[in-house]
Amino acid sequence: MNLHEYQAKQLLREFNINTPRGIVVEDPTHAELAATGYLGGDAWVVKAQIHAGGRGKAGGVRLVKSIDALLEAAHALLGTPLVTYQNAPDGQFVSKLLVEETLPIAREMYLSLLVDRETERIAVVASVAGGMEIEEVAQTQPDKILRELCDPLLGLQEFQCRNLAFGLGLTGSHIGDLTRMLRALYKLFTESDLSLLEINPLVITEDGRIVALDCKMGVDDNALGRQKKFADLRDDTQIDAREVAAQEAGLNYIALAGNIGCMVNGAGLAMATMDLIQLHGGEPANFLDVGGGATAETVAKAFKIILSDSKVRAVLVNIFGGIMRCDIIADGIIQAVKEVGVQVPVVVRLEGTNVELGRQKLAESGLSIITADGLTDAAQRAVAAVQGS
Amino acid sequence: MSILINKNTKVLCQGFTGKQGTFHSEQALAYGTQMVGGVTPGKGGQTHLNLPVFNTMREAVRQTGADASVIYVPANYAADSIMEAADAGIAVIVCITEGIPVLDMLNVKAALRANGAKLIGPNCPGIITPDECKIGIMPGFIHQRGKVGIVSRSGTLTYEAVHQTTRLGLGQTTCVGIGGDPIKGLDFIDCLAMFQADPETEAIILVGEIGGTREEAAADYIRQHITKPVAAYIAGRTAPKGKRMGHAGAIIAGGSGTAEAKMRALEAAGVVVAQSPAEMGAAVQMAMQR
Repeated sequence: MNLHEYQAKQLLREFNINTPRGIVVEDPTHAELAATGYLGGDAWVVKAQIHAGGRGKAGGVRLVKSIDALLEAAHALLGTPLVTYQNAPDGQFVSKLLVEETLPIAREMYLSLLVDRETERIAVVASVAGGMEIEEVAQTQPDKILRELCDPLLGLQEFQCRNLAFGLGLTGSHIGDLTRMLRALYKLFTESDLSLLEINPLVITEDGRIVALDCKMGVDDNALGRQKKFADLRDDTQIDAREVAAQEAGLNYIALAGNIGCMVNGAGLAMATMDLIQLHGGEPANFLDVGGGATAETVAKAFKIILSDSKVRAVLVNIFGGIMRCDIIADGIIQAVKEVGVQVPVVVRLEGTNVELGRQKLAESGLSIITADGLTDAAQRAVAAVQGS
Repeated sequence: MSILINKNTKVLCQGFTGKQGTFHSEQALAYGTQMVGGVTPGKGGQTHLNLPVFNTMREAVRQTGADASVIYVPANYAADSIMEAADAGIAVIVCITEGIPVLDMLNVKAALRANGAKLIGPNCPGIITPDECKIGIMPGFIHQRGKVGIVSRSGTLTYEAVHQTTRLGLGQTTCVGIGGDPIKGLDFIDCLAMFQADPETEAIILVGEIGGTREEAAADYIRQHITKPVAAYIAGRTAPKGKRMGHAGAIIAGGSGTAEAKMRALEAAGVVVAQSPAEMGAAVQMAMQR
């Protein structure tokens, strides 16, 4: 689960980390009030709150030097989707703006904490190349990336903080300031089960303060059960509506651009089914894992979600029945197709326990279900069904 | 021979009296697995499926001499169960549970490094040596004792690979589902090394997917250390960047972890890479003939 910038900065402040003063608003009038009544000054930054990077280049972060310009920016951004290179082509809806004070900046740096799966440690990454995409820095100037790996049983040590501080070229009191900040960030990261905490840029102001100018945070979905504080911070408007519906039904769904809907048990097989469709000249409309216990109820829900995508011209059901018997799965498919009133061709590939009985049930159902013989046949039939329609 | 488990393996079930633990223990017993009991804290002294229930793993190991365990405990308690099994001296710990918080797994891995126990999973189907020992949720009947070792990050894709090698008459020595989480126990390389050392295993199928760079590391290892034929399949060529595809570990992050990069690395290491999930069996057959 991703957090908005304003939510992430609130968490930073709770851990005594400097951020620019700012107010989150939902309409232009409040934006003006925030600027004149609370922040003061004569220039502000207006930042669209969406769960995607690349906002700056997409016009979602604007420096404004008058109230007129502030209102213009607020009107332009609020209530519209913002399309960045990360969320193209649909973009994400902007319902909130963060209005912040401007700060005189002396230096920009990069800082992040993440779970590094190769070393199985929390990594603290820092760079003097602030404000740039870290992946780009990693490719073009790898020597500018500093990395400290934390032993989970010991945590982030002071010497590691000094390594980073001196590595960033900091001097004087900034060494201690950054050390305190890093240890607070590590505490925040571990206490909140974050999967990513990125501050880019981390700045030093002209008056010598270290401030988190921007912040991106992700929370480990597996930990949401014990991190109750994040329940209210979820923003489903930032996610595809079908993905939200699938989550509520306990299904794993991801919308794609093609026209062959997929219903599969198991994440790996679901991905492989998408690949198989493409290999045979089709385009998958979605990723969908119905999980190990594919009951009639879950299959019906899955059909509804797949068919709510108007692009879908055929559905490929690919189930390897292990513990769950194929005849029971066939019953589920038949019941779901009847109940949902599926209008597009449905190709079913069943394999595993009681497969013959399952196929027989599908054949005798009187429904226009196309039974496939194997993976390749299933993909070919689904592609043919789409091309024929 | 086989790897990790065989007919002599004595298995305990953690979360024994729960719904999952009960169902899959029944299945394992029916398959012939030497289940010797289970643990459910607070239910020690009872009998379940005609087997003893213990309060703690330490007591269970002392009483039964078990050397393997399987975990069907809910995600919030599973990390603790893994460490309890390791502390009790269990050599092979199989964790089926999906959804363990990543930071818990970092601690588990640090604890296991000091202990030496082998963890399979979490978020995996388990491990099976056909006709001898089934630990996990895989359907036993699709397996056939034979010559191919299978190691996979995906449950149902493992079943596909098993099904195909059974149909081709190749059969399997041992199938290890290492799981779909980013931080997990045994890795491709650990299993490759064991398959290489196992005289019964004549060829290996590696099933990977997007996310991380362990397939690339496996490719390096294969080039240097594996003399047996290897075939592979990588799922997720059509997966969009930055999206988590069901498995916690299946995500292309910052341009790293793509299917293409993994397939290229494996091909460069002499592995026969199947283009389709329907061709895993054919690919290993081809690798064996070359």
